[in-house]
Amino acid sequence: MIRVQSLTKDYGSRRAISDLTFHADKGEILGFLGPNGAGKTTTMRILTGYMPPTSGKVTIGGHDVIEDSLAVRKIVGYLPESVPLYNDMTVFEYLKYMADLRGIKNARRRITEILELVQLEERSGGYIGKLSKGMRQRIGLAQALLHEPEVLILDEPTIGLDPKQVVKFRELIRSIGKDRTVLLSTHILPEVQQVCDRVVILNKGRIVTEDAPEQLQARLMGSQRVEVRVDLNGTPESRLNDLLAALEKVPGVINITPKTGGRFEFETAPGQDSRPEAARLIVSTGFDLLDFHPIKMSLEEIFLQLTQDEPGVPESEVDEISQESREFNEEAAAGQAGDNQ
Amino acid sequence: MRNIWVIAEKEYKHYFISPIAYAVAFAVLLFLGVILYVNILAASIQMYAPTIQIVLNPLSTLLLFMAPAITMRALAEEQKTGTLEILLTAPVRDWEVVVGKWLGSILFLITLLALTLPFAILLNSLISPGIDQGLMAAGYLGIFLLGAAFLAIGVMTSSFFSNPIAAFYATLGILLVLWVIGFPTEVMSQSAGVEILRFLDMGMHFYSTFLVGVIDLKDIVYFLSVIALALFIGTVSVETRRWR
Repeated sequence: MIRVQSLTKDYGSRRAISDLTFHADKGEILGFLGPNGAGKTTTMRILTGYMPPTSGKVTIGGHDVIEDSLAVRKIVGYLPESVPLYNDMTVFEYLKYMADLRGIKNARRRITEILELVQLEERSGGYIGKLSKGMRQRIGLAQALLHEPEVLILDEPTIGLDPKQVVKFRELIRSIGKDRTVLLSTHILPEVQQVCDRVVILNKGRIVTEDAPEQLQARLMGSQRVEVRVDLNGTPESRLNDLLAALEKVPGVINITPKTGGRFEFETAPGQDSRPEAARLIVSTGFDLLDFHPIKMSLEEIFLQLTQDEPGVPESEVDEISQESREFNEEAAAGQAGDNQ
Repeated sequence: MRNIWVIAEKEYKHYFISPIAYAVAFAVLLFLGVILYVNILAASIQMYAPTIQIVLNPLSTLLLFMAPAITMRALAEEQKTGTLEILLTAPVRDWEVVVGKWLGSILFLITLLALTLPFAILLNSLISPGIDQGLMAAGYLGIFLLGAAFLAIGVMTSSFFSNPIAAFYATLGILLVLWVIGFPTEVMSQSAGVEILRFLDMGMHFYSTFLVGVIDLKDIVYFLSVIALALFIGTVSVETRRWR
């Protein structure tokens, strides 16, 4: 549905996005994740036909966004980050204006439908200037959905909403996204996990990686980390230390990190599942095993790792870091594959 | 094409929500009313019949100062609030946005001109056998074209800025220049340059023609050209917003 090839955009001498290539299929909810300034909004503005790229090709629904801009705009619904609205119009007047601009027949009926969908029917006659932030966001979304677009492009749609509103909004997106293609940008990581089918991570105008949220976790967790808790029961510390020392000798166990209260963590090397042997060792040494569970790398850690920014890292080195991430991922994937054998 | 009308209608309705329109109308009508009264008083003392020019003449100068106020928000406000982004990502062409905004302001102009008609009717009843209707027709046509040109320049200038106040002053500046550019030529000797300046002067295309009842094709062409040029430049300006 959305095909982006080698997209580049310069603002004068500043390169905002560089050689982006990605796609989103029909019915997919694609997340655009990246720190502020990564180029998410720029990319979206190009996709919606607001501004032209410096180079590269973008097609939405088969139409080129430059040559066939009007055709693209007809099938795209867009909500910019600032949710711009006319404060002195009523909700109904505004949606009617938008509907008329898009040539929607039976505008009245459609507006009522949409307002029900975003749960704002009672506010139809109220002035937009009087609405809360959450309501404004929903009006913006209503505007984007008015013409039943095949593609929805939402720029940081949950910014500024309170937690309850955020939950509702995400549910809405999920239900809307079922038969539409949605491109959603955010720097809120849980959002990506809860809503998106796939995520593209952007940093400094480049794509760092692209995958489904769970796959990303798997790829970066080439090694497994396990947290263990044993019952101390007045056991002297020396006995625990002996256990840890013995554990170190188990093949494939690396990086033992002791914690308090009988807890410790260990890591298994890529390609090796040392968990059974480790568990057996613990029990056979006479300890009561209270807890033994894998630690998943949170998306936050993945994100930080992939967008690692040492102060003063020159542009050229960012490429290297990205390249290193890629290589690391590949090795990890290979290791994981071996692991699953 | 339909989009132009949708935008124009919205702009027109919007004028009556904002206080600017009412302030403009109030100022114009009050000023005209007072001038009318004074003129009639003078005419009754000096025993001559005033023409509709006593309304149209001050009106032309008033429009010069009101047009910037009417159009300052047109595109500058949209840029400021970010709503222009929505307009430019809707299936609406850039020129449709500009023309639509201009048309909305024209509708307001027509409303304003219609509000001055009572003055004409009043004058008509005071003078026998009635005012010169040909003069009135030509005069109002001229004022309409003049106003339309002012507003086109105003919309164009509004597209350059994201601050409505800046747009106001810039428009005023441009209009003033075009209004007086021909004045100095009165005392200059004939030459190509002088001719050009005279041609550019907006006032000349109104005062010596429409105001005195002469409808000349070249003047109509002049105003239409100014309008077309201003709207064209405005469209280009909106397009370049996409690059910034």
